[in-house]
Amino acid sequence: MIHISELHASVGEKEILKGISLEIAAGEIHAIMGPNGSGKSTLAQVLAGHPGYEVTAGTVTYNGQDLLAMDPEERAQAGVFLAFQYPVEIPGVSNAYFLRSAYNEIRKARGEAEADPLEFLDIVSERLKLVDLDEAMLNRSVNAGFSGGEKKRNEILQLAVLDPRFAILDETDSGLDIDALRIVADGVNRLRRKDNAFLVVTHYQRLLNYIVPDRVHVLVDGRIARSGGKELALELEERGYDWVTAEPVAGV
Amino acid sequence: MGTAYAQQFAAQRPEGPAWLTAIRERAIARFREVGYPTTRNEEWHFTSPAPIAEADFVPMRAATGTLSVEDLGPLLFGEPDWPRLVFVNGRFAPSLSRVDARDGVKAMSLAVALREEPSLLEYHLTRRADIVDPAQVFTAINTALMQDGAVVQVGRGIDAATPIHLLFLSDAAAEDGVCHPRILLVAEPGSRATVIEQHAGAGGERYFTNVVTEAWIGEGATLHHLRLQRESARAFHVGTTAVHQEQDSHFVSFSFATGAALSRINIHTGLHGRGGGATLNGLYMLDGEQHCDHQTRIVHAQPDCYSREVYKGILDGASHGVFNGKVYVHPEAQKTDGKQTNNTLLLSERARIDTKPQLEIFADDVKCTHGATVGRIDETALFYMKSRGIPDREARKLLTYAFAAEVLETIPVDALRDGLERLTLERFTGTPPRA
Repeated sequence: MIHISELHASVGEKEILKGISLEIAAGEIHAIMGPNGSGKSTLAQVLAGHPGYEVTAGTVTYNGQDLLAMDPEERAQAGVFLAFQYPVEIPGVSNAYFLRSAYNEIRKARGEAEADPLEFLDIVSERLKLVDLDEAMLNRSVNAGFSGGEKKRNEILQLAVLDPRFAILDETDSGLDIDALRIVADGVNRLRRKDNAFLVVTHYQRLLNYIVPDRVHVLVDGRIARSGGKELALELEERGYDWVTAEPVAGV
Repeated sequence: MGTAYAQQFAAQRPEGPAWLTAIRERAIARFREVGYPTTRNEEWHFTSPAPIAEADFVPMRAATGTLSVEDLGPLLFGEPDWPRLVFVNGRFAPSLSRVDARDGVKAMSLAVALREEPSLLEYHLTRRADIVDPAQVFTAINTALMQDGAVVQVGRGIDAATPIHLLFLSDAAAEDGVCHPRILLVAEPGSRATVIEQHAGAGGERYFTNVVTEAWIGEGATLHHLRLQRESARAFHVGTTAVHQEQDSHFVSFSFATGAALSRINIHTGLHGRGGGATLNGLYMLDGEQHCDHQTRIVHAQPDCYSREVYKGILDGASHGVFNGKVYVHPEAQKTDGKQTNNTLLLSERARIDTKPQLEIFADDVKCTHGATVGRIDETALFYMKSRGIPDREARKLLTYAFAAEVLETIPVDALRDGLERLTLERFTGTPPRA
């Protein structure tokens, strides 16, 4: 599904990603863990096409396409989704309109018919239950005045409605209490299929109790320092990140 | 050009009662004396009236007479049965108007009111708008030359549920013409009404509208005044609204300006009794070489009043916006609570805004704040939208609309709010974001 090869990226003069290689197949969930400042969020943003980062070397192939050559909206239309660590508030634009615009743009790109407001309401009502949000939120402005938990659940709602092939969750667990964490994780687990893939970026092992990854990668200083199965997350929980930094391993 | 108005005044000797003739003579004399303001006048610092002063406008010709009620469709809001007075090229057009005698509300043309309501007019007309201040010389010109316009009186204690629409249109015959419409709004004590004052052009004509609106709001009364400036792209527009507020009265004003090559809109209100409030909001959207200047003035003359002001501007192309918000607080106006905000969204490198709050406070126990922001499209929000598949162009339009929506939401009449939201969207997105 996605093949990342020797990816380097910078902000201004500062290199943050220093050669990341990673391959995720359809049906898989990979987790990226690592200490603060290791480049986890940068990787997520670069994959979504954030204009603030410059890719200086490497390639990313998504379903055979050169992902890095695509605009952010083209990536989304092709099925890439980023659940933001800090979802953006957009006062003056309702969730309903925002989500329907996005949904219809993606449908258009797939050559499918656009949904009118009533059809769309049916689609979105179903997904609202998944994340335990009330229908009234549709008339509120995007994320404006939402609690931290509501914002994260709204990200998962968007994920559920837009039905991407490759979804990146950027620290979706941060700032969530255990109930909200369960709702978010349940949502993701129910959306998991043979034909989609997830990249879950997290600082803590906690989320991975609920979303069980096929592979875990530890990012340290812009490089993948270690990769392993789901047990690697538990080991990190027990031994901390220092253990990985102190013991560099070749290969992924 | 200055002499042209004086000659016109001498030639036309407009009809009317003696008291009005005396005021007209004083007004034209004042204009002869002070002439047009220059940018050395502080209130005209960012707007030169030279393009208006130097143009050779003639009294506006009568309409070609081809406008029908169907043509009004795009300019109407809400229900088609709202009362409306329509003026074409400055002249009352009875066939396009619908004035039914609703209980307690009188709406008529100025010419009719001069015949039928002489004492009402003598009491209010020309009494609110200043003709002495050299900065207000366009009011003096209007006073000298006004011929037609609208008079609305809402009776004591009457709650006029239906908005009254005053629609000033210009058609092709308006080319190179000037008109001076005059509007008088009287909200008797305890009454409540909404008046829409709309100025719209038919297309590409070049003309000059010089309008003055006076309002008197009695004790405990509320007047909503929605002002729309949608003149033709080559037109000039100077509009002054002068309001007098009695105790516990409320004036709620919204100025929506998208038209004209050069426009200057003055909105002045005086809180002359305790416990009243003024809410002055506005939205201007400019493009190309358009220039639009809003000057608001709120005079707190008595204690315990509030004022709220939110103006937003969206400037594209090489357009130029000006906002100057004055708030005077007299020594006796203790416990005044004032708040003013002016936010501008610049969509191009060449667009320009001059924004200036001006608070003059002579009382010591008051709360007055002001703030201004000038910004561009929020790149974080833009990326968020694009990351959901919304194309760059659509995302920019939607964010621009969202900027405007915050102030449009303050319009309390649903049909008006929806109408203005639609107009804003037509400019930026083409589809309603609430659906």
